[in-house]
Amino acid sequence: MAALSEIETAPRDRLSRARALHWGLAGAFGLACIVSLQVGATNVTLLAMLAKLAQGEALSQMERVVLFDIRLPRLAMGMLVGAALAVSGAAMQGLFRNPLADPGIVGVGAGAGLGAILAIVLGGLLPAAMIDLIGNQLVPVAAFLGGWGSTLLLYRVSTRHGSTSVATMLLAGIALGALAGALSGILVYMADDRQLRDLTFWGLGSLAGASWAKVISAGPLIGLSIGAALMLGRGLNGLALGEATAAHIGIDVQRMKSIAILAVAGATGAAVAVSGGIGFIGIVVPHLLRLASGPDHRTLLLNSALLGAILLVLADVIARVVIAPAELPIGIVTAVLGAPVFLWILLKRRGLVEK
Amino acid sequence: MSLIAEDIRVSYGRRTALRGVSLTARPGEVTAIVGPNGSGKSTLLGAITASLPFDGAVTLNGRDIGAMKPWELAAQRAVLPQASRLAFPFTVIEVVRLGLQSGTAGDSPDVPMRALARVGLAHYADRIFQELSGGEAQRVMLARVLAQVWTPVADGQPRWLLLDEPVSSLDIAHQLQVMDIARSFARAGGGVIAVMHDLNLTALFADRVAVLAEGQCLAFGTPGEVLTDDILSRAYGCALRVSAPPPADIPYILPHAATA
Repeated sequence: MAALSEIETAPRDRLSRARALHWGLAGAFGLACIVSLQVGATNVTLLAMLAKLAQGEALSQMERVVLFDIRLPRLAMGMLVGAALAVSGAAMQGLFRNPLADPGIVGVGAGAGLGAILAIVLGGLLPAAMIDLIGNQLVPVAAFLGGWGSTLLLYRVSTRHGSTSVATMLLAGIALGALAGALSGILVYMADDRQLRDLTFWGLGSLAGASWAKVISAGPLIGLSIGAALMLGRGLNGLALGEATAAHIGIDVQRMKSIAILAVAGATGAAVAVSGGIGFIGIVVPHLLRLASGPDHRTLLLNSALLGAILLVLADVIARVVIAPAELPIGIVTAVLGAPVFLWILLKRRGLVEK
Repeated sequence: MSLIAEDIRVSYGRRTALRGVSLTARPGEVTAIVGPNGSGKSTLLGAITASLPFDGAVTLNGRDIGAMKPWELAAQRAVLPQASRLAFPFTVIEVVRLGLQSGTAGDSPDVPMRALARVGLAHYADRIFQELSGGEAQRVMLARVLAQVWTPVADGQPRWLLLDEPVSSLDIAHQLQVMDIARSFARAGGGVIAVMHDLNLTALFADRVAVLAEGQCLAFGTPGEVLTDDILSRAYGCALRVSAPPPADIPYILPHAATA
């Protein structure tokens, strides 16, 4: 038996590395913000504007509009949506104990979308008092409820005696996505012209419609959900050992699972409500971070929020400049970048699905 | 300050797995649960660890486990499951540290490394858990469990190791090592309950043995009282002979050692 004195080197400390990564990613996020404010369809640039301000000159009307009403809300929304998608991916993977679980893939995004469409088409039928109460939060809240219902159903279907069947989860996700898509299609037929316009803008899967109103409507729910998810680190680590063992090491498993499901639904729902479906962020970001600094959820969740925000802000920059003055829907950019990574994960770790 | 299970009944659907089993495990002793496949050994441990719904009562150090919070239970007892699957590529030392997370007082940060050294795997700290062999994985899980209740007595109360077939995938040397760890834990004032398949190891290491058959406790006592031809033959449903070496002054010829 090896005594302690025989151990030459201390074990590798991935936790410290992951904590250092917090700061590295925060710095990178700052750079991404500058790039995002610098680049766009007009030749207005952040640096030129800062130079002007430094010389005591006032900004022109156009410059102010471009900066404060177009680029800044777009940056804020990209940041919120990117962080929300990546954190809900990481939390859901921890909850389902599988690195392939992603709200977009297993139908939670589709469920949230159905909630949003329901709110847009049938929201007018709600009692006036209720509409006054919820106000501009109606679409995000409905998307949250849709996402919540889907996550609960999915967990119920695919988890037996505390262990999750990956095949069942993916198949149930396909069925759930198809059902939500079909119901959404019916609602589109029922919509009137004004609602159809709203739906079209909503469903683009892009940040093109970013506005302060949208940032304010989705921001609180996303912030709350990410905050809740960040407290799950210890619980999700325990859950990696299975539900029974997690309970044995002192985790209140039922409570932790409920919070995780609510956080995933809240973050996914609010993100889908303002930006439509943007895929692959939730699966690629946590996977890269696990490769870089290990699977410890105490650091993985915060790092996912940061890297998700960075990637979505940069993907949005690409979407804006690549065919300027027109722009690509950002969902296309994330799919082009993310789908190959997803396939690569499957290729490298084929065992994941068979188990 | 014991672990007392009273009149435990468990049903899976229509099938009754336990029909009223009582068991008292004392600190300072290794209590083994033996019996044939399907006799309810693991189910009994499941009830004692509050992992499954049951009728009856389990008291841990004088408190009903049904009234204790998960973290209160985790501070007083650690559970080694039969098989462990891990979802993400944690390293060995990270897995052992998970055991520390209950945050019990008096545990120092070097406990995980000492626990790994205790099972002889300190040099494996940086390996990825999924790449270990079955036996190595089982010993890492034992280290995690040991780290959770590192001091056998805390705040004047015994802590408990509850082990479900702790040696099932180990070679003979490591079987002895693991059982020795369990016995040392008990000798230091802690309590150990182990579900066992191997009757010889049970005879070697257990202070008290419960023999289960068909969901009932057939016998409970010291190995000498319980591991008899009659009881074992009834429990396992086949004729078994229990042997003991004769006193030292009588010559003894072992027929298996004969050569023609």
